[in-house]
Amino acid sequence: MREFDYVRADSLDHAAAQAGPHAALIAGGTNLLDLMKLQVMVPERVIDISRLDGLDTIEADGPGLRIGAMVRNADLAADPRIRADYPVLARALLAGASGQIRNKASTGGNLLQRTRCPYFYDTAMACNKRAPGSGCAAEGGASRMLAILGTSKDCRAAHPSDMAVALRALEARVAIRAPNGTERILEMDQLYRLPGDRPDLETELDEGDIITAVLLPAPALGSSQSYRKIRDRASYAFALVSVAAVVTMQDDRIGKASLAFGGLAPRPWKDAQVDAMLAGQAPSEALFSKAADTLLAEAVSDAGNEFKRHLAHRAMIAVLREATGLAPASTGTDLVGEPA
Amino acid sequence: MPISLKVNGVERTLECDTRVSLLDALRDHLDLPGTKKGCDHGQCGACTILVNGRRINSCLTLAVMHEGDEITTIEGLGGPEDLSPMQRDFVSCDGYQCGYCTPGQIMSATGMLAEARDGMPSHVSESLIGKANLSDAEIAERMSGNLCRCSAYPFIREAIARNTEQSQ
Repeated sequence: MREFDYVRADSLDHAAAQAGPHAALIAGGTNLLDLMKLQVMVPERVIDISRLDGLDTIEADGPGLRIGAMVRNADLAADPRIRADYPVLARALLAGASGQIRNKASTGGNLLQRTRCPYFYDTAMACNKRAPGSGCAAEGGASRMLAILGTSKDCRAAHPSDMAVALRALEARVAIRAPNGTERILEMDQLYRLPGDRPDLETELDEGDIITAVLLPAPALGSSQSYRKIRDRASYAFALVSVAAVVTMQDDRIGKASLAFGGLAPRPWKDAQVDAMLAGQAPSEALFSKAADTLLAEAVSDAGNEFKRHLAHRAMIAVLREATGLAPASTGTDLVGEPA
Repeated sequence: MPISLKVNGVERTLECDTRVSLLDALRDHLDLPGTKKGCDHGQCGACTILVNGRRINSCLTLAVMHEGDEITTIEGLGGPEDLSPMQRDFVSCDGYQCGYCTPGQIMSATGMLAEARDGMPSHVSESLIGKANLSDAEIAERMSGNLCRCSAYPFIREAIARNTEQSQ
């Protein structure tokens, strides 16, 4: 690991003032330190925000919840309000990482974790994300873990988070504190950039910006929520494909369906067209299949990840069957209390 | 940087580079080599310890981030003359072969049972509400952050199962 200065921030102001092009915030550290050991990331200053007051609580926020950026993944998954009212989030968190990592990793850090693209991790390989302009060794390489939607010729890295996929389906927003102390709120699709020709720029965060919270809207009462993750091992592996769904039925029709996908794209992926195709319709396998075709219409794959098209197609149908009652719910599909 | 930790109930101070992981601080600066270095990237779990009662990978955190924290390592759980129940059952169940992953397995299992007592669900829990019954599948899932290259998993799970509330 390269040498760095360690700064224990005593306030958000202090942390923001220490920011700079060669500085990194550390919260849980489970991804940053891994990358620093490999010299994929080489910050000269590491700013520790893990002990700042007020960032590690989950509080009521109108009808929703405000989740502090330092809330550990395990604490978020265990929170009774999350388990009862936002089960897809608890399920996604529990599907991610290991018990040890979840005890350390933070909410904000989970959102900002870097891709596990093997070429990003290997400093001997060309990578436009790690070294802009150096090329992309993933082209023609091992693509099993790479994205098929939202990619560019310069980068095909997938976002690795499970939590973020559930948050996207829940239509969560992210609170960001600017260095001057003002707060702005971004939708998740506004937070994450697509790679285009600058895959090194992953978010809209500016220097000194700090994610302080994730905001959940009111619980989707009466909804069926599901997180399905398909991976190469039964546990402790990143998703090949994952599907998060929040579905509310109205009589025998789908009132609202909000789907998000992991393992497929450079950010937790939502396609508004897919949700719109499902709303107001009677659930059927034919409908789900058509919506899955739409999801994948612009997918770009190669021989190594062609299977993801089929996997995503089937996973989406399977999740929707359970969420709409066409099939009995299995582990991973939960109901949220009926509307009062 | 100077750091103070409470390790296995004893106040310890050390002076180390900012780059030193908590794992290396324990092994190389505080002479507690019971905690093992496996992958050094959080993938194998051999370095699992308890910090303020919760299990973490000591390789994926900096010693300087733990000023004032309470650390429990395998040495603090019990020694040859006063084994903890989990240590005793790993011995009686042959929950190891080469033994290298064992301290991490035992620390992880100890932390995991505390999580389960507090009502933490898991990826394989049918319901997110209420306490899970720690079946074999539940134990396997909750212990997936600990690898055993000798593959002593069945006996590891048996040792842990002996320590679950249902079996006591």
